[in-house]
Amino acid sequence: MEIVLRELQNGNVAFGIFCLIAIIGALYVLFSKNVLYASYGLLVSFLGVAGIFVFAGGEFVSAAQIMIYIGGILILLIFGIMLSSNKKMGKGKLNIENMDMVFSLTIAVSLSLLLSFLVLESKFNTRSFKPQQHIKNLGYNLMTDSVLVLEIIGVLLLMALIGATYIAKKDE
Amino acid sequence: MNNLTPYLIVSAILFAIGFAVIVTKKNLILMLMGVELMLNAVNINFVAFSKFDKIPEKGQIFALFIMLVAASEVAVGLAIILKIKKYYENINPEKLTELKN
Repeated sequence: MEIVLRELQNGNVAFGIFCLIAIIGALYVLFSKNVLYASYGLLVSFLGVAGIFVFAGGEFVSAAQIMIYIGGILILLIFGIMLSSNKKMGKGKLNIENMDMVFSLTIAVSLSLLLSFLVLESKFNTRSFKPQQHIKNLGYNLMTDSVLVLEIIGVLLLMALIGATYIAKKDE
Repeated sequence: MNNLTPYLIVSAILFAIGFAVIVTKKNLILMLMGVELMLNAVNINFVAFSKFDKIPEKGQIFALFIMLVAASEVAVGLAIILKIKKYYENINPEKLTELKN
């Protein structure tokens, strides 16, 4: 009983729940038969990953994950699903065809086992430093050390948006 | 969590699932979803390592930039997918064989 209470207070149980949410969402993307439901699985997985970020000390990254991935990328993907479904297929227009499922599952399982083995074999020096004001330092760092990268990212986003609208426009 | 290993294992599993999604699905949009899953796994690694860094902001800034690049990648990718859909009437990568032979 004490062990359970201690684990609960350490946050290990909540961390495990977030890990399970992320992995189950991803597995749902893999095994779902419907494109739209697969995108909902992706949403669940993104939320779990945002929780994991909080445990890793990245509160701002977690908020950015929710805003960018769920608010931006997922909405774009759902729009893409809506606009690219095949109307001629009728009721089964959102169905997914799979190929080489056994082969790819074998590769995926062996890849994850190999990576987990390598992780478990290696020793990391995990001294913990005392907690700082993460978000304040993040803002200072973003505006001093990596301001050039920030500007370049801004230009990249502008180019990507203009290019996307140019590519997708109706040609006469 | 004051240990690095669970983060890395979760990210390894997510990476493998994303890879399986890319290889298996015959739908360009689902392949984009697989890419997103793999990028998420990489982001978990960055943030988890930055927790034990002397300057914890570096890894988080890297993760933020990865997210922004992923956003622009998805925007351009979806525009190309819509064009492909209009031109070839389907988005199954197995059937886009115009350059074959």
